Amino acid sequence: MHLILFIMFAGLCLAGALNLLLQKHPINSALSLVVVMTSLAVLYLLLGAEFLAAAQIIVYAGAIMVLFTFVIMLLNAGREERTRGSVSAVALGFPAVAAILAVIATVILKAQDLGSASLSDGITSTEELSRVLFHELLLPFEVTSVLILIAILGAVALARRGNGEEAGK
Amino acid sequence: MIPLSWYLLLSAALFALGIVGFLIRRNLITIFMSIELMLNGVNLSFVTFAHQWHLVKGQIFVFFVMVVAAAEAAVGLAIIISIFRARATLAVDRIDLMKL
Repeated sequence: MHLILFIMFAGLCLAGALNLLLQKHPINSALSLVVVMTSLAVLYLLLGAEFLAAAQIIVYAGAIMVLFTFVIMLLNAGREERTRGSVSAVALGFPAVAAILAVIATVILKAQDLGSASLSDGITSTEELSRVLFHELLLPFEVTSVLILIAILGAVALARRGNGEEAGK
Repeated sequence: MIPLSWYLLLSAALFALGIVGFLIRRNLITIFMSIELMLNGVNLSFVTFAHQWHLVKGQIFVFFVMVVAAAEAAVGLAIIISIFRARATLAVDRIDLMKL
């Protein structure tokens, strides 16, 4: 059962990621990213992370992707122009990506002490998670709320039609 | 019953696809989405290792990554709107003022 679910959603995940690269219109890429994130939520659930699966759908597939589609539609982004792109990015980038992937895959496949996952492993409850989060890691948690506040202020300040931007036109 | 290395390989593949997208796509928003794809790939390996060692802290790391990604998306998209207003384009080949 676990194997079937893993193959199904890992395949969906990879297909969505490939589709993100191949689609020419940004809105199609955004929708395939939603597919990737939703199937990742199922994979989190298979690994016993129930809170993260919910948060993945609500925060990533919900909030962040709605923001992306909103901006794509607001700016009326059209089809991507075909250009040659950067030669150095292709010449240096792809061998580097292939090398990184090969090294990571070799390390993972050679690792002996990696366990396995099955459906009967039991899930990490939200209670357990919040106990660590709100006792041991309370300070980092509060710091992230300051980070969010700064991000809100920064986003408003950047996206607002200010006086300084008229000079840049 | 499947080995955890499969999850790690999937995570590596997602990260690599994110890098490839970052390199070959020419649209500012799609490049930004490739970065989100890389973040998701890393999150999957965090959850996998949290499962491997039965530690809750790995999952809390993913929680913090999600928070930072949300903040990053808000600020990044505001920057994209600001750039679009100034240059009226989203093609990165035309936004190359700081390129050598």
